[in-house]
Amino acid sequence: MAFDAEEKFEELRERISDLKETAEERGIDMSDQIRELRDRLESEREQAYEDLSRYDRVKLARDQDRPFTLDYVEHLFDDWVELHGDRRYGDDGAIVGGWATFRGRSVMVIGQQRGRDMEENLKRNFGSPHPEGYRKAGRLMELAEKFGKPVITMVDTQGAYPGIGAEERGQAEAIAANLKRMAGLRTPLVTCVIGEGGSGGALGIAVADRVLMMENAIYSVISPEGCAAILWRSRDEAGKAAEALKVTAPDLLELGVIDEIVPEPGGGAHADPEAAAGALDQVLGDHLEEVADRDPEELVEERREKFYAMGAWEEKEPPDGARLDR
Amino acid sequence: MSWFKKPKQKLSSEQKKELPEDVWDKCDECGEILYSRRLAENRYVCPECDHHFRIPAAGHIDNLTDDGLEEEFDLELSSADPLDFEDSRPYPKRIRQAEEDVGPGDAVRTGRGEIDGRSVHVGAMDFRFIGGSMGSVVGEKVRRLATSALDAGDPLIIVSASGGARMQEGILSLMQMAKTAAALEQIDEAGLPYVSILTHPTTGGVTASYAMLGDVILAEPGALIGFAGPRVIKQTIGQDLPEGFQRSEFLLEHGMIDRIVPRPEMKEAVSLLLHHMT
Ligand SMILES: [Zn+2]
Repeated sequence: MAFDAEEKFEELRERISDLKETAEERGIDMSDQIRELRDRLESEREQAYEDLSRYDRVKLARDQDRPFTLDYVEHLFDDWVELHGDRRYGDDGAIVGGWATFRGRSVMVIGQQRGRDMEENLKRNFGSPHPEGYRKAGRLMELAEKFGKPVITMVDTQGAYPGIGAEERGQAEAIAANLKRMAGLRTPLVTCVIGEGGSGGALGIAVADRVLMMENAIYSVISPEGCAAILWRSRDEAGKAAEALKVTAPDLLELGVIDEIVPEPGGGAHADPEAAAGALDQVLGDHLEEVADRDPEELVEERREKFYAMGAWEEKEPPDGARLDR
Repeated sequence: MSWFKKPKQKLSSEQKKELPEDVWDKCDECGEILYSRRLAENRYVCPECDHHFRIPAAGHIDNLTDDGLEEEFDLELSSADPLDFEDSRPYPKRIRQAEEDVGPGDAVRTGRGEIDGRSVHVGAMDFRFIGGSMGSVVGEKVRRLATSALDAGDPLIIVSASGGARMQEGILSLMQMAKTAAALEQIDEAGLPYVSILTHPTTGGVTASYAMLGDVILAEPGALIGFAGPRVIKQTIGQDLPEGFQRSEFLLEHGMIDRIVPRPEMKEAVSLLLHHMT
């Protein structure tokens, strides 16, 4: 178990299984006691997850046991046909994409993919895409646009990979091109941040008509560790940075950056991946229904206005002599 | 250098001539002692080693346009503090300090001017304002500049100098990347030219949005240009970076920019491009 909040519930779990064993061995009915303990476990756990600090949620969002893009693909979609390659350089394992059927509709699914073991993580580069990943994503978005099919993206990355090859092949250009492409894409786009939404590498597939976030996902301009290293001069202050950056789903809902939070089962998505997938199915389905049959030109205009409205500023009179046009 | 001492004033060619002969600066790169007047005349490029001194937004605008800005836009926009962000000091204090040191307008100045008599919309970033970082004000000003260019049918020129997105505005800073890219999509759709000029340094969220979206991308010589900063890359891969990595010349070699143009020739280069693209 990667997340320490679970440790305190181990004792309760053990007591429940002990009771079950005793009941079976002795052939007596102890279901009331068992139910009582289960309820206690459930409510304490719910409370614990409500009380999580922002940095607890960061750790939770990164948990290796959480459902990844391909897990949701398996639970939510049928007729999956994965498509590969950017037609320029290579096929990036950190971004997967392909056709799928969702609620009777063909959709293009694109998402960052992490790995659970070392072998898979090497193939997936720990979910940190190279430029060819963003270019593959862009190619698949245009493919969806060509056939008037909606695009569903799932965000789950620490960020775009900071490496020599990534820079040589234009990481910044690849992301920038996707931002512009998505802003003008004449087909519906729905995004869900399912784990970690790491900076530009996350946004590179997330300029959408609807942006959803799993309850324990995070989305941030910089990793709390990176921010702490710069502003607090120590990565150990990541907890402070996470609080200051306001990276959780409720924070982002309040800031007007996301449209809805997808509730996770008690204990988080990894505690019950099927329940998590069920919740995502519901919320994603509702939002897709609302945008799926809209006029593409209207959609693009509304999407643009949605992002134009983001930000906060005030107005004040500049001092005399400051203007450049005098 | 007068731009740094009197940041709130634009340096016209008349003012440059007023600089006395005996004021001098030292080149950070080659160590040569240079007369300030000579340096100003050479657009703050070292005549000895070609090092491009970092200059304020006003300097770039002055360098590119016939006579500065005819109209400056949105100078009254000032950063709010949407997250109540505080590290070693509260974000609003940082902003006030930067406004005092650099001037109003946050890290980008925008407006309308002329290049060889052709009306253009131009923006220039100022690295001195919190590292040229992009928060809501920078994103909004760039977006409004693009929208105004769209209405006027003017070419768009943006000079970038930025360390990336502004951490103190959190996710709202990240969203400015989407906002500015969306605005440039409209410029593209309208068939208007956008020339992006990269100066030292241009990294992070600005590079990964409007800086790399130019129809034509020019860079000053020797500028650091990249997505991730060299320190982060070095830390991640655990090895030294190759000589010249992420410099303008490296980007040209890898097909990421169109041309490297020394600052004194920048106006002429842009003017010629606009001749072809309008
Ligand atoms: Zn020099």
